[in-house]
Amino acid sequence: MNQQMIELLAGGIKETLYMTLVSTFIAYVIGIPLGVICFITDKNGICPGRIIHLVTGILINLLRSVPFLILLVAIIPLTRLIVGTTIGSTATIVPLVVAAAPYVARMVESSLKEVDAGVIEAAKSMGSSRLQIIYKVLLPEAKPSLLVGGLISMATILGYSAMAGFVGGGGLGAIAINYGYYRYQTDIMFVTVAFLVLIVQLFQEAGIWLVNRIDKRSA
Amino acid sequence: MADTVLEIRNLVKKFDGHIILNDLDMNVQEGEVVVILGPSGCGKSTLLRCINGLEEIQSGSVRIQGKEISGTKENAGLLRQKVGMVFQSYDLFPHLSVLGNIMLSPVKVQKRKKDEVKEEALELLKKVGLADKADSYPRQLSGGQKQRVAIVRALILHPEILLFDEVTAALDPEMVREVLDVILSLAKQGKTMLIVTHEMQFAKAVADRIVFIDEGKIMEEGTAKEFFEHPQTERAKKFLHVFSFEDVR
Repeated sequence: MNQQMIELLAGGIKETLYMTLVSTFIAYVIGIPLGVICFITDKNGICPGRIIHLVTGILINLLRSVPFLILLVAIIPLTRLIVGTTIGSTATIVPLVVAAAPYVARMVESSLKEVDAGVIEAAKSMGSSRLQIIYKVLLPEAKPSLLVGGLISMATILGYSAMAGFVGGGGLGAIAINYGYYRYQTDIMFVTVAFLVLIVQLFQEAGIWLVNRIDKRSA
Repeated sequence: MADTVLEIRNLVKKFDGHIILNDLDMNVQEGEVVVILGPSGCGKSTLLRCINGLEEIQSGSVRIQGKEISGTKENAGLLRQKVGMVFQSYDLFPHLSVLGNIMLSPVKVQKRKKDEVKEEALELLKKVGLADKADSYPRQLSGGQKQRVAIVRALILHPEILLFDEVTAALDPEMVREVLDVILSLAKQGKTMLIVTHEMQFAKAVADRIVFIDEGKIMEEGTAKEFFEHPQTERAKKFLHVFSFEDVR
């Protein structure tokens, strides 16, 4: 493998990390409130509201059921509006966020559902307001589960980011497609895929280590 | 005469049209220890949950020191602090240490000063024999210890009345005693308490008054001596009979 190839791959790794991390971050900024709203407005939640629950639920399901490749193309106008271009890794962040945020919201919701209802009731019985229950009990209590959800989301977003290579995205996925698929350079495709596997593995290990450190619930 | 802390009038509670509490009246005076007895499913726990607003009521009123607790959302939080509740399943916050569990509400809800709350928390922990567990996490404690922490967590909010919902039902027999001793000492200090329990001996020892509930209504009430030795109603006699084994042999 020559110098040029190594530089290409290094650039690809950097771009992939950039897309994945930034997208995951923004997806969580949108997904956490969305998931919390969906959870608390449930009819047995701490702030029941049928209409809001229904609307958020439908919005989440709608976006989640559109295949990513189609979403990628469908929201090109939105991408152009926000980033100014539709190719490259920054442009890929827009569809990644749109696809990942509802996914994250569902992850967050299911993490919150794991919180013991009795604990929420105890907080209520001590006179906590709804906001206090969300910030002081629900979210801290669900933290380990939220983190595990974050890892899963990140691996999914990484996979999506590689798919974006087909329509002019950047990163390792684009390299694998452009060199491995279009030019039949199978060796490069294998190397890029190996790197993708390695990145997922690293995130996973680091994440699990972190989860074990912060989880106070079990011995 | 002592002040009335809790006043319940014509309380009706339904679950999906099914009547749980049926036009129930009840008073608890300051410093009084009232034990609620009754068969399971008779509405004892539901009654407690209505008193601190965890359940909506269909009609009637629940007043704490003359203030209505149900319906008014704005001051529900304030009123709830006046009603301390201890649950059967402890319901400690697993992610917080013992001290964290106890200090969360006084600091965040009541906005009291941290050092002052901490001092009181340690003092109370010492009283229930858990001074050395302040930095432990709930998972490191036994059931009895968890329940004592839960009692401290309720006490530190300085409630006007404490509700105990079958607090020893999930405990091993040996641990029941340590929890009941704490409640007995609270009774001696003159705390107002409403206790749901299945420990008859304990009920006898702690109660100023026994209230026997069945089918959502108060069937009988009286002092512990009256109730256990001379139950008036057939239903109460039958209920008490369950706990005696004299006829079995």
